[in-house]
Amino acid sequence: MEDAKQKTKTHAEAKGFSVFYRQCEAVKRVDLAIPFGLVTAIIGPSGCGKSTFLRAINRMNDLIPGCHTDGELLFDGQNVYGGDVDTAVLRRRIGMVFQKPNPFPKSIYDNVAYGPRLHGNLSKAELDERVEESLVGAALWEEVKDRLNKNALGLSGGQAQRLCLARALAVRPEMLLMDEPTSALDPKATARIEELIIQLRGRYTIAVVTHNMQQAARVSDMTAFFYEGNLVEFAATDDLFTKPREKQTENYITGRFG
Amino acid sequence: MRMLTRKILDRAFTAGGYLAVALMTLFLLWVLVPIFVKGAGAYVFVGTVEYRRMMLGEFGRGNEQRVAAEWAEVQRAREPVYEAIAAFERELPALPVARRKELKPAFQAVREGVAVLLGPAPGKPLPALTRMIYGQTRWRQAQDKAANILFEETWDYSGNGSQKVHVPRQPLFEGTALAPVFPLLRKELRSLLRPRLTFYPRFLTDPSIDAHFFGGIGPEVLGTVYLALGAMLIAVPLGIVAAVYFQEYAREGPVLTFLRSCVNTLAGVPSVVFGLFGLAFFINTLHVSPGKSVLAGALTLALLVLPTVIRSSEEAIAAVPRAYKEGALALGAGQWRTVLTVILPAALPGILTGIVISMGRAAGETAPVVFTAAVSVGKWVTPSEVLSQPTPALSWNLYNLCTEHEAVEEIRHVQYGMAATLVLIVLALNLAAILIRARVAKRLKV
Repeated sequence: MEDAKQKTKTHAEAKGFSVFYRQCEAVKRVDLAIPFGLVTAIIGPSGCGKSTFLRAINRMNDLIPGCHTDGELLFDGQNVYGGDVDTAVLRRRIGMVFQKPNPFPKSIYDNVAYGPRLHGNLSKAELDERVEESLVGAALWEEVKDRLNKNALGLSGGQAQRLCLARALAVRPEMLLMDEPTSALDPKATARIEELIIQLRGRYTIAVVTHNMQQAARVSDMTAFFYEGNLVEFAATDDLFTKPREKQTENYITGRFG
Repeated sequence: MRMLTRKILDRAFTAGGYLAVALMTLFLLWVLVPIFVKGAGAYVFVGTVEYRRMMLGEFGRGNEQRVAAEWAEVQRAREPVYEAIAAFERELPALPVARRKELKPAFQAVREGVAVLLGPAPGKPLPALTRMIYGQTRWRQAQDKAANILFEETWDYSGNGSQKVHVPRQPLFEGTALAPVFPLLRKELRSLLRPRLTFYPRFLTDPSIDAHFFGGIGPEVLGTVYLALGAMLIAVPLGIVAAVYFQEYAREGPVLTFLRSCVNTLAGVPSVVFGLFGLAFFINTLHVSPGKSVLAGALTLALLVLPTVIRSSEEAIAAVPRAYKEGALALGAGQWRTVLTVILPAALPGILTGIVISMGRAAGETAPVVFTAAVSVGKWVTPSEVLSQPTPALSWNLYNLCTEHEAVEEIRHVQYGMAATLVLIVLALNLAAILIRARVAKRLKV
């Protein structure tokens, strides 16, 4: 994690960015620059706005009635909330893995092929290749290559989550958002997902929301600590966990609240 | 003490539940068992030689030689009956006037009764109505008709009020040439009619002959299928689109509340009102067809089941995990694509269940069909005629045959057969709904 300390290019950046649920301000004027190609962890107690912030990056909050934003959120230098942004294109560039594995009730193959089928006219051979490549990328290929046509709902929780990761990778995104990707998994499955995050680092910009501070410490280069909608501290992970600058951060990481 | 009351209450509720279930089961059996038992009589019964002659003559079914051979034997067995009648006819003018007056009406009843039982006497010209060309085709009815010859049904006013009595006719004719007919009818009825167990599965698909005296209920079944399928063809796309709109596109607000209450109100409108509306709107205002037609009936039935389709589809769509929708959207699918590729497939079992149950409803509805589509004439409607022609249908023709037919008593087996078939169709559709739900629920859970 040496390069975390170097100055790197910014991939996504919030500038005075707020998210409101009707009148309630869930994310408060946050300034945060997510570096290119690194893993950024977002931690904080429940209800601190970390998930809301993450879901704002690919505009998943649009689904919630009454949700609106203020300030700027740039992805690749372009305001995500600009008038001319096509959310479908945006979400294709920013993949997402959810808290609970949510494979579609389709075959494993169809799950992974879902995104590519939406966006391009790949030939059957190209599609096969893309599916394999994505499943290999999510370290699931060996386990499912003989049952690609079986229903994805038959997979275990950990496998299902890796399938969801493969599904996101199949669209070839530039950035991956992970919303507490291991909170519904057992420790063994969690470890595999964490290994994957480390493997994928460098190829994709990754932002991962987590409850689990050890996880943040294990997988991330940078860590942002949110509290009550405010970004309290954003620093290289090693620094944040060993010598936090803010009292609130220290209290949280030492387990005094949260 | 409190514990005790709670226990007693608990027991009371349990007992109440059992009682309700038991009552419902009993009621169901009480209704369904007779319908099925009697309805089965249309498909399986003891048929006579007259039935086999009728099948050969009207439908061209059966072995011609075998029927002819059997018919020859039967005719030989019947010879003494006809000889006795002819002999008595010759004898009658010679009798004293008083005796003649006494015997003549009874003789006429016997002669007509024999024609009903065995068909027209040999050598007589064939009657115009098909029902009179053949004798009794069903053994049960033949026995009744034979009894009508053997006994005169009169009323006894001697006691308190009136009482039906059956007076034997035989003593009246004792010593005349007609006397041998009675023991023949009593003891040799089998050789006169040759009853045999008969299966008639084609009751379901055969057209009726001579106002349902013979044949099956094919045109009615086909009409019901047309109407139910036609209604679904119209109601399903509309209903699903409306449900998708309500669940996925519409924003909560007064407009949505208003539309929803419209749908709910529509569900509560009596079906007879739908029928009247269908007649007034589709036929008299829109002129979809010159008069009653399958199309007008299907449109009316579609309107009738639309609220059910919308509500069941809405429920099914609402039950699709939000995570599926989010997953699709996060991969860059548009809303329409998400609905089409993820939400509708996942909601399919629920939607199908609603559709199948609505179809059962459409198949059984009578009132809307009477106003817009049904006629009592059992005529086949070809697929090219559905847009303009009315059709017979099980529900309406069942009512018609039970209440307005010229000989209600003679065709009980057709009425019950029709009722059982209709119930069976609806039950089969409901069973299909249960199976679909179970099967697809399994697929969605694993």
